[in-house]
Amino acid sequence: MKILYFAWLRNKVGCAEEELTPPADVATVADLVAWLATQSSGHADALADMQVVRCAVDQEYVGLEHVIGAAREVAFFPPVTGGD
Amino acid sequence: MSVKVQADDFDLAAELAAMRAGNHNIGAVASFVGLVRDMADLGDGGRDQVTAMTLEHYPGMTEKMLARIDAEAQARWPLEASLIIHRHGRLQAGEQIVLVACASPHRTAALEACHFLIDWLKTEAPFWKLEQTPDGDGHWVAARDSDTAATEKWR
Repeated sequence: MKILYFAWLRNKVGCAEEELTPPADVATVADLVAWLATQSSGHADALADMQVVRCAVDQEYVGLEHVIGAAREVAFFPPVTGGD
Repeated sequence: MSVKVQADDFDLAAELAAMRAGNHNIGAVASFVGLVRDMADLGDGGRDQVTAMTLEHYPGMTEKMLARIDAEAQARWPLEASLIIHRHGRLQAGEQIVLVACASPHRTAALEACHFLIDWLKTEAPFWKLEQTPDGDGHWVAARDSDTAATEKWR
């Protein structure tokens, strides 16, 4: 699946997107976060505090308990700050 | 009923004129324009000068979320027309960032829907601000609890 990182998460991970195949026991967003954190120190740093990270699966906001299933695209980013 | 995500600036008068063109059932147009300020709140009570900012977004999801927010406004108020324009990329202090406009037969719906759209947009649309300060690197703006509270009041 495609994993996307925005804003300071991209800076910490070191890339904007990557194509990864998580192991079969990764079922939820929380599982994916735990697995991604083992990929590099940058990943671990970016995903260390999920209180300040939001997740979207196939462009819909989801919580950590969300079951990823056959998702094509998972994005991690900080709370949004658009507008004025 | 129209959502645009673009790098280019916009002309407020031209956009409002286009929005209401030919529809004489419109008796009220309310608009909101957000601008880049030259001072940043640092969160610790301090402030810093901002020379420019870069607005990053999530292409695809941004348009989807803005269209959904727009549809929600249409469902709640009797609007004849609505418009959201949000810019991305590098912007200088003083530049326009966002335009929200609503048109209705009467003022209350136009004003309320406009207020609703900008409040919801701020917490639901995937945009992130990187503020550039004179000392160099720039910092990612943190989300504010006051923005979340502003959205909550519409739920």
